[in-house]
Amino acid sequence: MSRRSIGEVMLDVKNISLSFGGVKALTDISFNVREHEIRAIIGPNGAGKSSMLNCINGVYTPQQGSITFRGKTFDHMNSREVAEMGIARTFQNLALFKGMNVIDNIMSGRNLKMKTNIFQQALRIGAAEREEQAHREVVERIIDFLEIQAWRKTPVARLPYGLQKRVDLGRALAMEPQVLLLDEPMAGMNIEEKQDMCRFVLDVNDQFGTTIVLIEHDMGVVMDISDRVVVLDYGKKIGDGTPDEVRSNEEVISAYLGTSH
Amino acid sequence: MGPFLETLIGGLMTGMLYSLVALGFVLIFKASGVFNFAQGAMVLFAALAMARFAEWIPALLGIEHKVLVNLMAFILAMGVMIMLAWVVERFVLGKLVNQEGVTLLMATLGITYFMDGFGQTVFGSDIYKIDVGLPKEPMFLLEDVFQGGILVNQEELSAAIIAAALVALLAAFFQYTGTGRALRAVADDHQAAQSIGIPLERIWVIVWSVAGFVALVAGIIWGSKLGVQFSLSQVALKALPVVILGGLTSVPGAIVGGLIIGVGEKLSEVYIGPMLGGGIEIWFAYALALLFLLVRPQGLYGEKIIDRV
Amino acid sequence: MLYRENGQFKTSYQADQQIFPIAQDRYLILALIAAAAIVVPFIASEYVFRALLIPFLILSLAALGLNILVGYCGQISLGTGGFMAVGAYAAYNLLVRIEGMPAVVAILLGGVFAMAFGVVFGIPSLRIKGLYLAVATLAAQFFCDWAFLRIKWLTNDSASGSVSVPELMVFGWNVDTPIDKYLFCLGFVVIFALLAKNLVRGHTGREWMAIRDMDVAAALIGIRPVYAKLTAFAVSSFIVGVAGALWGFVHLGSWEPAAFNITRSFDLLFMVIIGGLGSIMGSFFGAAFIVIVPIVLDNLPNWFGIPIDTALASHLTFMIFGALIVFFLIVEPHGLARLWSVGKEKLRLWPFPH
Repeated sequence: MSRRSIGEVMLDVKNISLSFGGVKALTDISFNVREHEIRAIIGPNGAGKSSMLNCINGVYTPQQGSITFRGKTFDHMNSREVAEMGIARTFQNLALFKGMNVIDNIMSGRNLKMKTNIFQQALRIGAAEREEQAHREVVERIIDFLEIQAWRKTPVARLPYGLQKRVDLGRALAMEPQVLLLDEPMAGMNIEEKQDMCRFVLDVNDQFGTTIVLIEHDMGVVMDISDRVVVLDYGKKIGDGTPDEVRSNEEVISAYLGTSH
Repeated sequence: MGPFLETLIGGLMTGMLYSLVALGFVLIFKASGVFNFAQGAMVLFAALAMARFAEWIPALLGIEHKVLVNLMAFILAMGVMIMLAWVVERFVLGKLVNQEGVTLLMATLGITYFMDGFGQTVFGSDIYKIDVGLPKEPMFLLEDVFQGGILVNQEELSAAIIAAALVALLAAFFQYTGTGRALRAVADDHQAAQSIGIPLERIWVIVWSVAGFVALVAGIIWGSKLGVQFSLSQVALKALPVVILGGLTSVPGAIVGGLIIGVGEKLSEVYIGPMLGGGIEIWFAYALALLFLLVRPQGLYGEKIIDRV
Repeated sequence: MLYRENGQFKTSYQADQQIFPIAQDRYLILALIAAAAIVVPFIASEYVFRALLIPFLILSLAALGLNILVGYCGQISLGTGGFMAVGAYAAYNLLVRIEGMPAVVAILLGGVFAMAFGVVFGIPSLRIKGLYLAVATLAAQFFCDWAFLRIKWLTNDSASGSVSVPELMVFGWNVDTPIDKYLFCLGFVVIFALLAKNLVRGHTGREWMAIRDMDVAAALIGIRPVYAKLTAFAVSSFIVGVAGALWGFVHLGSWEPAAFNITRSFDLLFMVIIGGLGSIMGSFFGAAFIVIVPIVLDNLPNWFGIPIDTALASHLTFMIFGALIVFFLIVEPHGLARLWSVGKEKLRLWPFPH
């Protein structure tokens, strides 16, 4: 539960439908996300949760529907513009840059804010050097926050999975986003790692006011930390409301317990 | 009209020869996802083997009968190619299984260099002759329709026929035999194929051997026409645009691509070449390939390339 | 014992992010450059300059350029020879056609032409990658082969595309002895290596590496793939073009298009692979390797008293190259640079085993 007061509707998804060839991944999905809230998207495997996130991010283009962010409506999102608008994301399968170390991966998240041109960088004096240092400071603060100081120069390919997930989060945080899309941030983690991750997510929401949209399978986590929940099943929305409302929803229960469709 | 037809037919037949080399590429790519830059070196290596065996057999064994000598040389050369396939699989491919395409590509570049050097060390680096009895005199067709008739090179015609027969044979092999089916399964998904019991290593040796066979046939034909020399391995560079046009995964594509490139090259040299200073054969094929890469990278018959997050 | 970071505490990010954070490395490199500039001119023979050091320097520069494209940005290129040719012939034309054109300016402008050419032939990289991109770059190579042979204007109307350069004057200094040429090239290489290293550790370098590692994710962070790929082609071709101009002007003196053919492209690619993809140092290791191996192979039999004819020696060179490429790709895909850094890691512990 966030202690911030929840604001107006910031992200509004309207009637999104997405198909791949003959397969309908999403059918007429609509929901909104309010500023500063933690919104969870849940549902059985294959329900279309990642696809939904991919639509918001611009990775997939939906055949129908629109997405409104801060008053501007789009029928499809462009990845780069999405990043510029302040929407950042982590990935289910981690999309870390394996050839770089932790600092460089998180620094890459600062890319949008680094303005020096090629010539300045080649000479590396004055503005270029100052810029690198200033952003390195920001990245170090993120590293402190995520408690990964000891691994800052390690190539990410060598880190264990749980730490890689933190680097993924760090890179998204480096973008100083207004909205953070988290795709199963706790997948494959044990209890302690999950608790750590929850703490990070809550702190991000609390300290920076970041709005969080979270895909998660662990019901305990979802019920504990989210303000509102959207439930998807077979690409359709079957529930939308507070955790308690959703928990007692008949359709949601049967979807998870597997009644015949 | 006469000269145009001559150029056209000449182009078609040259194209067929390119297709022969391109076939080797397609086979290996289809079955293992590896792009074999060394195909050209294989053609040269095979041709060298054939040429030298054909020389050494009469010298060592005293057999003079031409057909017999050629047959024995062919079998020996084929044996060499199979051994080569085994060596490549064991020492190179087998160790690079999980690497990305670019690494494998560069490995085949390394194999190219190695084969070039090794082949010439073992078999020598002079120019050698191959004579398998392909008719060499030109024919004149349709002499009553066109003045002087249309000049058709019989050697190239035989090559074209052989190539076409080879393609039909390979297509049938893929479609109707158990091994062919296994090859197609491996091309589709290595791991799935392995999990149903298809022995990957053996399949790869088979594929490289078949490619070696194709290289041998191509080497004999090209070698018969041009003589066996180092520049033969450069033929591979000509074959690359062919597979781009036809599609890396398509056997008929290699044929169609080869024909288009062969005809295009000849026609452009004759009709556009003079305007640009001549000698544009070098890059015409590549310019065409570039065009396809920008517009339709999978070629005419290839499968669409998808990138997933 | 010798190679320890003990006591080297970094008190600022600037110190932590410098090119050689470990003091011993810094001293080593500075000593090396000083030795190269001051000691070598006195002890090396003319043969060593001509056959080893000057080619090594210029090819290192070209390998550096190629490494930026292939190693840092992950875009494969088999057309490097063509880009070198553009740099060389452009510089030549500028020198010969414009009165009073300084040699250094001509060389740098040659690089600019190569850069423009590189950007144009880099456009396919926006749509295709891997093998398909390799074929596109081959198109650039063959186009250059043809253009410099057949388009008379490009070679100042020379019949076979062969040109030669008058003597080089650099700010009044006549660069004609091997020592002069060596120092001239050394200057270029040191400056360019520094600039390249700065680029590569800044945000442009990270953009390149992000595109190399996962271009879809890179776009989602706000990196523009178009900008990143084209700048990689641009910077890389600029450096390669300058190297080409140096190769023609300083090393060859006179050349024809075949000097920049596909063999050159493959050689450079091998340098980058063997030296280490994504490593500035690696480019130097790779170049040294490719320059030294043929010479060793040529002379080895003489040292052992066994005569080998040159044809056999060149075949053996091919075989050894090929085998080494495969060996490196299997055993250490990151090349000599990785072996070097692993060696340093072990050195930190020496003489202790753990």
